[in-house]
Amino acid sequence: MATAHLPTRPRVPAAAEAAIPPSNIRGNARRRPGFRRDQLTGWGMIAPAAVLLLAFIFIPAILGFGLAFTNARLISPRPVEFVGVDNFARLFTDPTFYRALLNVAYFTVVIVPVQSGLALVMALLINKKFRGVNFFRTVYFLPVVTSMVVVSLLWLFMYRKDGLVNEILSAVSFGLIDGPDWLGDPNTAMPAIIILSIWQAAGFHMIIWLAGLQGISGELYEAAQLDGTSRWQQFRYVTWPGLFHTRSLVLVTITIQALGLFDQISVMTQGGPMDSTTTIIYEAVQSGYRQQETSYASAISLVFFVLVLIVSAVQRYLTREKD
Amino acid sequence: MKNQLLLKNAGTMLVRVLFAVVAAFPIVFMLVSSLKPDQQIFGDMSSLAAFLPVGNISFDNYGAVFDRVPAARFLLNSVGVSAVTVILGIFVNSLCAFALSRMQVRGKKIVFTAILATLIVPFQTLALPLVWWVNQLPYFELNGFSLEFSKGWLDTYQVQIIPFIANAFSIYLFHQYFESIPKELDEAARIDGAGWFKIYRQVVMPLAGPATATVAILTFLPAWNSYLWPLMVVQSEELRPVMIGIQYFFQLNVSWGEVMAYASLITVPVVVLFIAFQRSFVNSIASSGVKG
Amino acid sequence: MNKKLTKVLATSIAAVALTSTLAACGKGSASSNEGSGEIALWTHNAGNPDELAAVQKIVDSYNGSQDKVKIKVQAFPQDSYNDSVVSAAAAGNLPCIVDIDGPNVPNWAWAGYLAPLELDTDLSKHLPSTVAEWDGQPYAVGYYDVALAMMARASDLEAAGVRVATMEQPWTKEEFQDALTKLKALGKWEHPLDLGTAGTGEWLPYAYSPFLQSFGGDLVNRDGFQSAEGALNGDEAVEWANWFRDLADQGFMARKSGKDSTQDFLNNKSAIVYTGSWAADKAQAALGDDLVVMPPVDLGEGPKIGGASWQWGVTSGCSNTEAAMDYLSYSLKPENIAAVAKATGAIPASEEAAAQTPSFAEGGANRIFMDFSREYAVMRPETPAYPFIATEYGKAVQDILNGADPKSTLDSAVKAIDANIKSNGGYKN
Repeated sequence: MATAHLPTRPRVPAAAEAAIPPSNIRGNARRRPGFRRDQLTGWGMIAPAAVLLLAFIFIPAILGFGLAFTNARLISPRPVEFVGVDNFARLFTDPTFYRALLNVAYFTVVIVPVQSGLALVMALLINKKFRGVNFFRTVYFLPVVTSMVVVSLLWLFMYRKDGLVNEILSAVSFGLIDGPDWLGDPNTAMPAIIILSIWQAAGFHMIIWLAGLQGISGELYEAAQLDGTSRWQQFRYVTWPGLFHTRSLVLVTITIQALGLFDQISVMTQGGPMDSTTTIIYEAVQSGYRQQETSYASAISLVFFVLVLIVSAVQRYLTREKD
Repeated sequence: MKNQLLLKNAGTMLVRVLFAVVAAFPIVFMLVSSLKPDQQIFGDMSSLAAFLPVGNISFDNYGAVFDRVPAARFLLNSVGVSAVTVILGIFVNSLCAFALSRMQVRGKKIVFTAILATLIVPFQTLALPLVWWVNQLPYFELNGFSLEFSKGWLDTYQVQIIPFIANAFSIYLFHQYFESIPKELDEAARIDGAGWFKIYRQVVMPLAGPATATVAILTFLPAWNSYLWPLMVVQSEELRPVMIGIQYFFQLNVSWGEVMAYASLITVPVVVLFIAFQRSFVNSIASSGVKG
Repeated sequence: MNKKLTKVLATSIAAVALTSTLAACGKGSASSNEGSGEIALWTHNAGNPDELAAVQKIVDSYNGSQDKVKIKVQAFPQDSYNDSVVSAAAAGNLPCIVDIDGPNVPNWAWAGYLAPLELDTDLSKHLPSTVAEWDGQPYAVGYYDVALAMMARASDLEAAGVRVATMEQPWTKEEFQDALTKLKALGKWEHPLDLGTAGTGEWLPYAYSPFLQSFGGDLVNRDGFQSAEGALNGDEAVEWANWFRDLADQGFMARKSGKDSTQDFLNNKSAIVYTGSWAADKAQAALGDDLVVMPPVDLGEGPKIGGASWQWGVTSGCSNTEAAMDYLSYSLKPENIAAVAKATGAIPASEEAAAQTPSFAEGGANRIFMDFSREYAVMRPETPAYPFIATEYGKAVQDILNGADPKSTLDSAVKAIDANIKSNGGYKN
C-alpha cells in the first residue's frame, strides 16, 4: 500500500490545529472540481447510520409520540380514538409527575459533577503506565459489567438497617453513627440510589475519559516536564484543555443518562418509599406496561423528550466553544 | 526529592488500591456466593463472611446451572449477536462520524444535531412501538436460488442486531475523537491523490485506536446485557441471549447460589473482552509520551 | 496499521455474511406453523425442569395418541412471562395455547385474545380457584393452585408461650398481637414476623389483599366491578391499613424485609414467615417436625388467602381451536394433573387427582394446603381492570407501610381505579 509516506504516529500537538485556520480548506471546497463527488461520498458514508437511526429510532419514536394524543391501550378491544391533549392535561395535574421531576433533578444535579469527577480521577489514576495497570483498569471497570441482579441483591442487603453499610459507619465512628434503613427512609433512599449509581457507572465514563486522555499528545507532557511544571500545572494547562471534546461528550451523556434514571429504581425501590425515588421514565414504564395505559406513557415520554432537549440545549450553550 | 517522589507514588498507589477494593467487592461476593448453598449465602450476608469462601464450599451450583438453562446455547447466541453488533457498529458509526467530522458535506450540521437528538430517546419508551414496527418490516431469505420475502422480524437473530448497529453515542464519540486528529493529515493525503474512503481507512482509523476500543466496549456491553428487547421479540428458546437466562432461576423458590454461578459464568466473557480491548488504550497516538 | 484496518474491514464483511447466514437459519420456530398441523403452546416454566418435564410428558402422550395435530411446547421464564406474551399479543403473534396467571385472564378475555373454553371436562369438580371465568364463561383452567400460610418453629412458639394456630381455631387479631409481643420479648429476632414486605409486583395484592378482605374490605366492589369506592377506602379498609402499618411501627416486622423471606426464616432471622405452599418442602427438609404450618390470622371475617395460579387458555386467533380444546381436555385427566402436582409440589386441581398424589391425599403432609385453598381462597377480582387495580393497590400498600396517611392514600387509589374503569367504558363488552 502506498502509505509509507504517511505519518503513522503524528506528533502534531493538538494546539497546532488552531494555527492553520481550517477556513482555508473550507473556502476552497466549493470551488473544487470534485465538490459534487465529495458530497456524494460524504452522504454515502453518512447514509448507513442515518438510515438505521431513521428506521429504528425516529420512526418508532414518532409512532410512539403519535400515540400520546390517543387513548390507545396496551391490550384492549376498544377502538383507538384521538383525544387531543387529554393525556397531557392529566399528566400536568398529577402530583406524582412533579415529584418525579424533582427526584430526577436532584439525582442529576448530584450525579453529573460527582460521577464525572470521580470517573476522571479514576482515569488519571490508571492513565500512566505502571506495573499492574491492566489489573487496575479491569477492576475499575468491573462494576459496569456486573449483572444488575447481583448488584441489586447485594446492595439491598448492604443498605438494610443492620446491613454492612451501617456496620462500617458504626465501626468508623466508634459507634456514634446509628445508620438509617437507607432504602426504607424517604430522606435517605435517593442518596442511597445516588451512591449505588455512581459506584456502578463511574467505570463507564472512566473509559471515555481514558480515550480522551490518550488523544492528548505525549509531546505536550514532555515539553511541560522540561519546563519543570508540577503535576497540578500539567493537569491544569495540558490535560484539562486537551480534554475539551471529551468533556462535552461526558457531560452530555451523563446528563442524559441521569435524566433517564430507571434500572436502579426498578430493581431497588420501585419508586418508593412514598414516591421519594420515582422518576419520569419509571412512571412511563409503570403506566405503559404494568398499567397498560400506553397512550399516557407515550405522553410522559414526549414530555421527557422535550425536557431533555431543553436541558441539553442549555448545556450546549453554556459549554460552547468560546472564541 | 527522590524520597518525596517515592512517597507520592506510594500515596497514589494507595488511592488506586482503595478504589479497586470498592469496585471489586460485588464481583468477589458473586464469585464467593456461587460456591455456597442458598441458605448459607443468606446466613453469611450480614457479616464479612459474605466475601469469603468459607463454610460449605463446592461447585454444585455450577453443575446445577446447566440442568436448568441451556447456558452454552445462550452464551453462543450472545457472543454472536454482540460480536456482529460491535463489528458492524464500529464500521457504520465511524464512517458516519468521519464524514461529519472531516468532510464538507452540505447539511451535516442538521444531520449531526438530529443524530444527537436520538440520544435522548430512552429505549424503554421506544420498545413498544418498535416491536410493532419490526413486525411490519419485510424479511427475505435465500432459499436455494430464489429470494423469498416474508413479513415480520419477530423471533430472529437480526431483530436483536440490526436496530442497534447505528448508535448516536458511538458516532458522537468517534466524532469527538476525530476532531482531535489534525486535519492537515487529510490534506496531505489528498494532495497525494487519496480518496476520502482511503483517508478514512488509512489515515484516520489507524489513529483512532482508543476511540474504536471504547466504542467496541461500550457497544458490546448493552448488546451483552440486552434483556427487555429479546424478552419482547424473541420467543424461541434457541435464539435467546444470556440475560434472559437469569430469569430461569427466579422460580417461586429462588436458587440464589445458581443465580450467582450463572452470573459469574456470563460475566467472564465481558471481562475477557475488556482485557483484550483495553490494550489499545496503550498503543495509541499519544501514549508514548506519557510513560513514566 | 493498514493491515490491521484491512483486517477490520474483512471482519466486517464476514460479519455481514454471518448476519445473513444467521438470519437465514435463525428464524425461530416458536410461532407455530399451523398449516402443517402443528399447534404452538407457550408455558411459563422455563427454568423449572420438573414442571416443564411434566407438561412435556402430557404433550408427548397427546401427540402419540392421535396423528392429526402435533403440539409444540415453547417455555418462557415465569418472572418475565407476562411481558413476553403481552408484547407478542401487541404484535399480533400469539400461539394457540397459552399459560396465563389466573387474575389476568379476565383482562385477556375482555381484550379479545382468548376464546371461551369448550371442554369435555367437568370443571365443577375442580377447585374453584383453578377455573377463571369472565362474563359467565370459563376462559382458562389450571392444573393446580398454591396457598399462603404462616410457618413457624413449634419450639419458638412454645418458648414464648404461644399456642399453635389451627384451622379449627385460627389466631384472632388480638391473639396475633399477643403472640408477636411475646415472641419479640424473647429477644431472639430483630423482627419476629416476616410478611415478605420486600416483595414487588403481583406479590403485593396476592399476599396482602386477603388481609384486607379478612377485615371486611376489598379491592373493588364486586357487584359489577364499576368502582372501588367504599371497598378499598371504607372503614374496614382503613382499619386494615392501620393494623398493617402498626405491625411495622411496633417493630414486629421490617418495612422492607429481606430478598428471600423463606431463607431468612430458615436462617432463624424471623419467628413467623408468611409464605406459600411452594416453600413447604424446603422448610420441612430443614426443620423437620419442628415446622408448623398455620392458617393466616382471622381479622374478623375469617382467614383468607388469594386464589388462582397459572392456568391454560386458548387464543381467539388460533386457526385450529377444536384441536387446542381437545388437547386441553386431554391434559386435564386426573393422572396428568397428579403428575404435574407431584412435579411442582403444588395443590392438585381436583379431588380425584389429589387422591393420586400421596402428599395431598387424605392424611398427606401437604394436605393442609389443599384445605386452606378450599376453605379460605378468595379470587382476585375477576374484572379486566385487575392489572390496573393490582398496581394501584401495590403502591398503596408500600406507601402506607412507609408512613403515608392510610385514608388519603386509599382515597387516591380509589380515585385512580375509578378513573381507569370509567375511561375504559366500565370494561364492558
